[in-house]
Amino acid sequence: MGFATSEDARHLSADVDRSVKVLVVGAYGVGKTTLIDAVSEIPMLRTEEQITTASVGVDPRRGAKDTTTVAMDFGRVTLGASTALYLFGTPGQRRFWDLWAGLADGAVGVLVLVDTRWLEDSFEVLDQLEEHSRLPIAVVVNQFPDSPRHPDPEVRRALDLPPETPVVSGDVRERPHAVAALVALVEHALRRQGAGSVAA
Amino acid sequence: MQTEGYRDHPVRSYVLTGGRAHPTRNTLRPETLLRAADDGGRDLPATAGRHERAVLELCQGTLALAELAAYLRLPVSLVTVLVSDLVDAGTLVIRSTAAHDLPGTDLLEEVLDGLRNL
Repeated sequence: MGFATSEDARHLSADVDRSVKVLVVGAYGVGKTTLIDAVSEIPMLRTEEQITTASVGVDPRRGAKDTTTVAMDFGRVTLGASTALYLFGTPGQRRFWDLWAGLADGAVGVLVLVDTRWLEDSFEVLDQLEEHSRLPIAVVVNQFPDSPRHPDPEVRRALDLPPETPVVSGDVRERPHAVAALVALVEHALRRQGAGSVAA
Repeated sequence: MQTEGYRDHPVRSYVLTGGRAHPTRNTLRPETLLRAADDGGRDLPATAGRHERAVLELCQGTLALAELAAYLRLPVSLVTVLVSDLVDAGTLVIRSTAAHDLPGTDLLEEVLDGLRNL
């Protein structure tokens, strides 16, 4: 093929020897890929897994042998000299995460994108995160141009979030806003570790 | 409606991986960083197929497992098996230091610094 030389722009710097990840979840169309694209230093990438529709219980009328494709969009940004941060945009439903072995293991946390116009779309995602994972969560209210502005406390109440869960608002097309959401998540993860070590 | 790589029937994936559905190691995650060994590619077993060769060619620089899968247009699950074999064969090395279950405080603080400096 001849395209993969050490000068290949796709490659990480030779000094990078550590990787961390954040999962970006949310209902369809809420801006997951937009946020990832705003932060990523490489063009957005996509990888897909095939599953039989029978295993996810969708439309059995189409026959149990049908397969469907579940996609994960992701990006990457190098932090400092030696660490690569990967942002994996995954379907909100927790059961799909298992399609990618180890996807949730060792994650810094989860950014949950919400759209205030369709707040109820976020309930299932949040419920499943609370039930099935212990990962730190930060909620990102994506401010679409035509979405009504709600003060963060109102969103927090509507989503019934625990007081320690950060809620940040912003236009995730803007890199500083997307980065601020990541900062809020990592700060939260650090606070939780501090609390954990005190409790232990 | 799908990219060519995904038209593969599941049976084909099974053949590509020598009939195994699971990698020989469970330390591989989508973000695991990989790189061809310094002499990578020269000692490929005769049985190595075009996908193994493509993995090594892409890994002349450091890439994460998920990136490899995306560039090869193959599912991560399949690439994990290929990568696992190549690591066992010594032609591919895991570049990232072993990940713990949860990132430690030091790492989180570094990530935070890195984000603030973006």
